[in-house]
Amino acid sequence: MSGRSRVLRWAIPLAVVPVLVLLAYGFRTDPRDIPSPLVGKPASSFKLTAFDGKPVALEALRGQVVVVNFWASWCYPACYEEAPSLERAFQAYKDRGVAMVGVNFQDKDEPARRFLTQFGHTFPNAPDPAGRVSVDYGVYGVPETYFIDKKGRVRFKQVGPVSDEMLKQQIERLLAEAA
Amino acid sequence: MTPELGYAATVAALILAVYGSGAAALSAVRGRADLRLSAERAAVGVWLLVTTCMALLIYAFLTFDFSVRYVAGNTNLGTPFYYRITAVWGALEGSIILWAFMLSIYTLIVVARYRRTQPQLYPWVLAVMLGISAFFLLVMTIPAPPFERLSPIPADGRGLNPLLEDSGMITHPVALYLGFTGFTVPFAFAMAALIIGRTGEEWITITRRWTIVAWYFLSLGLLIGGWWSYHVLGWGGYWAWDPVENAAFMPWLTGTAFLHSVMIQERRRMLKLWNLTLIILTFSLTLFGTFLTRSGIIGSVHAFSQGSVGQFFLGFLALIVLGAFSLLAWRLERLHAQGELDSIVSRESAFLLNNLFLVAAAFTVFFGTVFPLLSEAIKGTKVSVGAPFFNLVNIPIFLALIFLMGVGPLIAWRRASAENLRRNFLKPVAIGIVAALVCRLAGVANALVLLCLALVVFVAATIALDFARAARARRRTGDGWLDATWGLALKQNRRYGGFVVHLGILVVALGVAGSQAWSTQTEATLNRGEAMELAGYTIRFEGLEGVEESNHAKVVGTFTVADRKGPYTVLTPAKKFYPQEQTPIAAVDYRLGFMEDLYLVLGEFARDGSHATIKIQVNRMVSWLWIGGFLLTLGAALAILPEPRRKPAVAHAGQTAPA
Repeated sequence: MSGRSRVLRWAIPLAVVPVLVLLAYGFRTDPRDIPSPLVGKPASSFKLTAFDGKPVALEALRGQVVVVNFWASWCYPACYEEAPSLERAFQAYKDRGVAMVGVNFQDKDEPARRFLTQFGHTFPNAPDPAGRVSVDYGVYGVPETYFIDKKGRVRFKQVGPVSDEMLKQQIERLLAEAA
Repeated sequence: MTPELGYAATVAALILAVYGSGAAALSAVRGRADLRLSAERAAVGVWLLVTTCMALLIYAFLTFDFSVRYVAGNTNLGTPFYYRITAVWGALEGSIILWAFMLSIYTLIVVARYRRTQPQLYPWVLAVMLGISAFFLLVMTIPAPPFERLSPIPADGRGLNPLLEDSGMITHPVALYLGFTGFTVPFAFAMAALIIGRTGEEWITITRRWTIVAWYFLSLGLLIGGWWSYHVLGWGGYWAWDPVENAAFMPWLTGTAFLHSVMIQERRRMLKLWNLTLIILTFSLTLFGTFLTRSGIIGSVHAFSQGSVGQFFLGFLALIVLGAFSLLAWRLERLHAQGELDSIVSRESAFLLNNLFLVAAAFTVFFGTVFPLLSEAIKGTKVSVGAPFFNLVNIPIFLALIFLMGVGPLIAWRRASAENLRRNFLKPVAIGIVAALVCRLAGVANALVLLCLALVVFVAATIALDFARAARARRRTGDGWLDATWGLALKQNRRYGGFVVHLGILVVALGVAGSQAWSTQTEATLNRGEAMELAGYTIRFEGLEGVEESNHAKVVGTFTVADRKGPYTVLTPAKKFYPQEQTPIAAVDYRLGFMEDLYLVLGEFARDGSHATIKIQVNRMVSWLWIGGFLLTLGAALAILPEPRRKPAVAHAGQTAPA
């Protein structure tokens, strides 16, 4: 066999390797990862009325770490997957200066209440009838969760469901900071 | 019960496919007929089991069996009957079943057709096809199980993606996947030919019609996709160079190249290496297309999900590409051409150029599609290239391809003489130039359109000239005009089928050029009773109305339209509100016409119906795309027909076959 075709013999299969490597690299990136311009900025305040009739205001929670979660009863399966984690985190941290607020996004009253009963949420949840809070926070789709530090700044935004570990990690990080 | 049954059938099919693939390969190595028979039975078993999976899933959808996670995720109690069936392939898991199902059918046909006629190639073909089936069944077993159980069982499901509630959804994925999977057959034959070292023309002759079938379905899938995009998405276009559109377009480009270059090999025994490369590329690109859709590595309107499916597909893609090219490299010395290129001015070189352009187009599309990845890998920033890049690069390539479409079929093999060129091309070139001049005088000012028009007319003239000449020759033997034409089309169905496909592409090309150059649009907010004008149409806003459907609510606007001659039509574009979607979905209304479509999209509106924003488009010559697509379908069907035997089996009374 000539030298040229010996080279070809290796070159043909090897030529595709860079392409495969590039595609594999694609797994490390997320095309939907759009950084929120709100991160680092003061969280916009809101006053809502919870499903149980009590007022919920961000202002009143200043000085605490606040987790604001946007959800909907029609958001299946992501909102259903994360719901137990949220309640668990609330139970674990409510006595350590962490508040949690659920904002119900473009939903109907009855299925929303059924959702809350199903998961036995004890943290305040409020409908956002005019969608104003969702717009202020730039909610792109549910679920989305915002982590607000003790100084009232948005520090992290999670698009998609949250997990136990992630809630723990973000909350602990913000708790460790000075007020 | 359904989830367990379905899962069991999937696993059983996977085991059978793996066994069958191994048994078929072993039977070829050892020459054992009993193993081969066993592999064939395995293929039948795979088909039966996958069909069972398909039936179970359809049944689960029809009965709202929300214990199946996939059913709960893609349907709800309001989903109409018809869409519950199409919802089966509305998302990732079901589309993998569809793929496996079609592949199992193709495998069965291959078994039935070639078990006796191709004793050497066939066992390897079977091994390759079952191996590929095994991969899809593996995906169904581990990363994307369609029969995963959902617990607790929800009272209602999430519902189908509203954009998929369209009649196009029954045909578009089916046609596209028939095309994608169809290329498995020529690929499997190519691999078999490489393995046993019979790298001649045999595998190409056997798979010629298979390739046309796959190409035909792929074309159909692309066209229906364009139609879906046009009448559902509401942006008034049919092609957006979206990564997933590109993913289906790339195998079409290389498949088209393959379809042409095999003719050279059949005729001149050249390009062996090239043809094998093309079929490997085409098949790999069908996998790449699926990979792109399923992996979520590139953002797209089509992307289904992220998960480990992407890794499985990439692994398999790597296996196929590296395996196939290694095989090719191993057989390199058997792939020397027996013929050679005699002259630049010849049919061979026209076909070569055609191949070069098609592959170049495929490469640019590939480059543009993965560019965001490339730029992020190298510069760390996400940059997408959009339609301007693809148009800029591809328009010249496609114009050149149209030109070659006229040259290729008529120029002489080996070396074209001046006489051959003059005889075949003088008139068509003249007609093309005259047509462009006439249009210029008639007021067409767009240079690109004029160039496209001249080329299209030139090609159409070459086809007409050739056909007239051949028909005249047949008439001399005594046939009437009609018999001569029909007889010709049927007798040389491959050649004339190809011509009809070319005509279809020409019509599509005019549609693309016309719609890009001459479409016009405007947007306005109208009070009730107010009218506006666009391109000779007067559109009056009559009011809004709310309607409750089984699974969504919609607001319908009524617009009466008059053209220059008087009342024309009433259009009712709407906005649909699905509970599971954050944003409303626009339902376009349109009136299609031969030269122009009127196309209305409802925008924002006042709740009391006092005013509404409307986007009005007058899209010119878009219908030519669908007409061209229909022609293309006819042509491909003609080319797929079996080549007629010398003597027709049943002769028509009173008609003698010409000598």
